[in-house]
Amino acid sequence: MRRARAGQLLALLWLAAAALLMLLPFWNLLVFSSHSSAEIFGLPPPADIGAQFPANLQALSATPFWQAMFNSAYVVLMSTLLCLAVSSMAGFALAVYRFRGQSVVLALAVLGMLLPPFMTVVPYFFWINQLGWLDQYRAVYMPAAVSGMGVLLMRQYICSAIPRCLLEIGRLDGCSEWRLYLQIVLPLCKPALATLGVVSFIAAWNSFLLPLVVLPSPEHYTVHVALRAMQSAAGGEWGVVMTGAMFAVLPTLAVLIIAARHWRSILSMTADAEN
Amino acid sequence: MTPRRLSPHGVAPYLFLAPFLLLFILFVAVPFAGSLWLAFRHGDAATGLAGLDYVGWHNFRFAGSDPLFWHSLGNTLMLTVMAGVPQHLLALGLSWAIYTRLGRASGWAGFVCMLPYVTSAIAIALVFMTLLSTEYGLINRWLALVGLGPVDWLHDELWVKVSIAALVCWRYAGWNTVLYLTALQALPASLLDAAAIDGATGWRRYWYVVLPQLRPMIVLASTLTLIGGCQLFDESFILAPDGGTSQSALTTSAYLYRLAFVNGDLGGATAMAWLLLVSTVTLIVAYQLLWGRGLWRRMA
Repeated sequence: MRRARAGQLLALLWLAAAALLMLLPFWNLLVFSSHSSAEIFGLPPPADIGAQFPANLQALSATPFWQAMFNSAYVVLMSTLLCLAVSSMAGFALAVYRFRGQSVVLALAVLGMLLPPFMTVVPYFFWINQLGWLDQYRAVYMPAAVSGMGVLLMRQYICSAIPRCLLEIGRLDGCSEWRLYLQIVLPLCKPALATLGVVSFIAAWNSFLLPLVVLPSPEHYTVHVALRAMQSAAGGEWGVVMTGAMFAVLPTLAVLIIAARHWRSILSMTADAEN
Repeated sequence: MTPRRLSPHGVAPYLFLAPFLLLFILFVAVPFAGSLWLAFRHGDAATGLAGLDYVGWHNFRFAGSDPLFWHSLGNTLMLTVMAGVPQHLLALGLSWAIYTRLGRASGWAGFVCMLPYVTSAIAIALVFMTLLSTEYGLINRWLALVGLGPVDWLHDELWVKVSIAALVCWRYAGWNTVLYLTALQALPASLLDAAAIDGATGWRRYWYVVLPQLRPMIVLASTLTLIGGCQLFDESFILAPDGGTSQSALTTSAYLYRLAFVNGDLGGATAMAWLLLVSTVTLIVAYQLLWGRGLWRRMA
């Protein structure tokens, strides 16, 4: 009995230590964003919340940081909405109809999922340059909307959650195929749409290589590219960079908190789609 | 009506698929085909289509004989192993502790585990950079308290790899914990009860009963880690912007980026991407074979 209790205590301590390690960098981010550069690079380094946050915020607002936040928000919003629309339409087609070339489309979706980004980034840059899309936001959000995982997820969900007879009844009542999709299937797909929305929002917000390559001018920087530029700028105010980094992590944390109640179903749904 | 119809609903399925297929062709198929084309050309983006000459296998010979390419490939592999092994050991331990000890609070534990995973690598790499500063970093301050250090985390050839691996490990250990936790929660409760009745407790129960059941998830999760590791870019790009001391932290993706967008050699970078793809696929096939061929059975 005593051994069991010691084991329990040990396990809990081990879990607490792991949780602490996972949360510590967030705490440090808060701490650093409330200190000036001189305090961060002074001895002893700060370990507690300081008083410089308003000053850092003011200095940050003098840089194009909020413009970059806005750019990121725009790109992420567009790519998420586009991804939801495109994936739900393709998933609907694959789940509801039997047609020639169906298996080819499915194979394409899987292949697109497996293709690593480093493979296409260089020719993509060249291609975008040819199209004259260099430095345009659509060069970032259009490719981000192509999600093989999204198509498979929507197909899976429509197959399992929407009874066939519902569609037949709709057709008998004279509903067009488009209205079938828009007014019957889509409203019933809210859980799958929410899942795909969360996953693609997080992926798009954290995307770095693509915007770094195709949005070269500073007024089009997304937030992470802007942070990276602030990092490498000589004599950068580090406290200000940290304040920017804090704002850059907030949106995905907020989405995770909102989705927290449903994360188990999100996880199982994405896992189903990947199988 | 034509004798062989495309589908009972005419063109409807194709219309619904059209947006996806259009985007797929424009942003996946064309760049992919372009990578085959570009790998045999020389020139940079500024010169446009006309300025690119066909150079045969020159780019591949150039990449294959470039010692820095092989060096970066070695770095990538080493970083993947250095980040991957501890990450999965941690995740296995954590998931078991959460599963057996936390009960209804396991939802909260999963939430905490997901926090690092959804956090941007760039933003958190900047925090790690501050913490790891040789003179003013908190890590070295703490080490000094127990009489160790100072360690030159970001400039020493070995330690910079450790720092990057630690960051990758921090971001993905929680994600893998969630994957293993899902697999554990899918186990039939009767399995553990039966093991307990047969006298298997503690480590023996975990090693002989639970671990073999987790095998499919371990293969899947570690393969995902391997695939992600071969593409490592963000973390090393921030912590070691120029590749680090003697290029010891230069990953192949980072080298590709430098070659294409700093040196302007699109053809060379594309050929290198093909070599990286071939290496990645070979590695993953070999890894899968290793799991398939009784290695596990000898271990357990």
